[in-house]
Amino acid sequence: MTQFLSLLLNGVSLGAIYALIALGFVIIFKASEVVSFTQGSLLLLGAYTIARLSHPLGFWLAALAGIVVTALAALLVERLIINRLRGAPVISLAIVTIGVDIILLTELIRRIGSDILNVPHPWGGRSFRIGDVGISQNRLIAILVAGVLIAIFFAAFKYSSWGVAMRASAEDGETAALMGIRLGRVSALAWVVAGALAAVAALFLVGAPTPGVSPSVYSVSLRAFPAAILGGLDSTGGALVGGLLIGITESLAAGYQDQLLFLGRGFGDVVPYVVMIIVLLVRPSGLFGTKELTRV
Amino acid sequence: MSESTATQVRGASPAPRSTVAPRRSRTRLIVVGVLLLLLLVAPLYVNEFWLRTGFAVFGAIVGAIGLNLLVGTTGQLSLAHAFFLAVGAISYVYVSGESGGIGIVKLGGLGLPPLIGMIVGVLLAGLAGLLFSPIAARLRGIYLGVASLGLVFIGQHVLNSWDTVTGGFNGRAAPEFSLFGFHFANQDPLLFIAGVPFREAERLWYLGLVIAGASYWFARNLLRSRPGRALQTLRDSEVAASVMGVNVQRYKGRVFLVSSMYAGLSGVLYALSIGSIAPESFGLEVSIQYLAMIVLGGLGSVGGAALGAVFISAMPLVFQKYADVLPFVGTAGEGGLAAGEAARFLYGLAIVLVILFEPAGLAGLAGRFRRRGRDAGRDPGGGPIAAPAAAATGSSTTDVPSDRPAQGSST
Repeated sequence: MTQFLSLLLNGVSLGAIYALIALGFVIIFKASEVVSFTQGSLLLLGAYTIARLSHPLGFWLAALAGIVVTALAALLVERLIINRLRGAPVISLAIVTIGVDIILLTELIRRIGSDILNVPHPWGGRSFRIGDVGISQNRLIAILVAGVLIAIFFAAFKYSSWGVAMRASAEDGETAALMGIRLGRVSALAWVVAGALAAVAALFLVGAPTPGVSPSVYSVSLRAFPAAILGGLDSTGGALVGGLLIGITESLAAGYQDQLLFLGRGFGDVVPYVVMIIVLLVRPSGLFGTKELTRV
Repeated sequence: MSESTATQVRGASPAPRSTVAPRRSRTRLIVVGVLLLLLLVAPLYVNEFWLRTGFAVFGAIVGAIGLNLLVGTTGQLSLAHAFFLAVGAISYVYVSGESGGIGIVKLGGLGLPPLIGMIVGVLLAGLAGLLFSPIAARLRGIYLGVASLGLVFIGQHVLNSWDTVTGGFNGRAAPEFSLFGFHFANQDPLLFIAGVPFREAERLWYLGLVIAGASYWFARNLLRSRPGRALQTLRDSEVAASVMGVNVQRYKGRVFLVSSMYAGLSGVLYALSIGSIAPESFGLEVSIQYLAMIVLGGLGSVGGAALGAVFISAMPLVFQKYADVLPFVGTAGEGGLAAGEAARFLYGLAIVLVILFEPAGLAGLAGRFRRRGRDAGRDPGGGPIAAPAAAATGSSTTDVPSDRPAQGSST
């Protein structure tokens, strides 16, 4: 039972991180109709910047720099490429982000090499215990920060003028533009927010129990894709639910690995994709995604 | 008198048309013929490295054509191509391989003739595509892209875990190909043509050429048939397609089947070209490479896909071979780029630039070049362009009398 509870708690923390990344996917998709495959390498960029700068600048400044750099990189991608392709087919847009992803990822992996860069979190690698249930402090703080960020995001999405503008442009871009909403600005801001969220996720993803920044962080960030799809690509609430669902199932599958041995070692790493495919079989637009209707 | 002119004109009128149209197709025929001839005699002159690269390229061409049918023609983004390649390669290795053991891993194998292995590989890959198609048919556009991403990771996991079939993490060797007793290997039987020893590389070159040629031909014909046009309509508008009587779900399922069969064949060729298979050769990166091929070549164009496959699949190998000659490319860690990295940078950049500036890819560039060449050929003389036009107008005016009854009856 304690094992179950501790796996559940760890799953929630992992899920909170996934939710941050998935939220980035969803915001970008809502604002510019692009499924951004760049998110994974942006996350790695954030992690790399934080790790590299934390020695000269100290942890807090490095974290801030990492978030700013990642957000700027996302902005650059949007301004230089996505903005020029307005109205292009969804598939071309997705493919172009894959191209950007390859370039960025190749450069980052080349720089990281085979090292594991360490990020000196001030809270260190200690773990926190409630009775017998343990969780690393890093992950506990991740839950808190992600919770606060997501709450702020939802509030902003609902009440701020940016949130209203974004919802309007997602609803009907043409009408929104006629009402004086600048679609380009909405889309640019969405990319900036998504980039920043990815960097925050990276900050916690490279802390305990993960050893540090290595190219494998990228494949972890890819698992936020199922989270976003699972909840429905155009549903912000869905991203949250999807993230938690994926995080918990992954943690449980990894924890009960010995009982699941007939499925092969390391099944925890693929379970997000299995869950995604099963959900998509039942609900093709995800759990909370709007069904696409066609009228003739 | 009038009759004689009429016949004369009628006799003359098709002439210019027939000289213009066949001239174009004749030049095309010549180009294709010369290319084919060059490909056929290449093993007599070219060394083993290029032949081996060529065989890898032929395999990639088959895969790229298959992916292009799915992504380019039908508009279904799929990142699962590596998975279907893996199914083909594994089936071939399992069906034709001998059972035995490497270290502690016990390998199973059926030891059947390689041709059967190849066919089973293609069929099983098709079956995998068919099994995935219920999902594929229900998902639209981008959801499919991400769902197919999942297939690659699940495939990787299966490859790593199911070690009696796949050899597990270290992979296993692929059996040599043979066809009705003729071995595509270094000896047995020894073969000399024009004084050149025909060893494994030379023999495989022809195998690849035949398979790639057949795949190309099949895809071209498919696109010109009813199903081909249905698929293109599906890409442009699913609603329009279903209104026109195209069964959307069924066609999506079928195109997945065909595309994954192509991938399976390509996987078999890959196994033959490397000589062994390992799980890491079928990762997400491979899917992205294939995507890069068809984007670079031009989505929807069969020839473009083949051209893109040539560039993308040959690039890392050539970079590796000429690492010390090329600028920027060197050994990793000494400031230079490793060959694989340089190739990745280039095709990443190619994807971005092609989509930004020339969405029709290399095929579009070639088409533009051809058109410009034709215009340039016509302009200076003024004759070739004016003559058919004059002939056409002339023939139509003189044809009118003979056509009048028909017109009269219709009005």
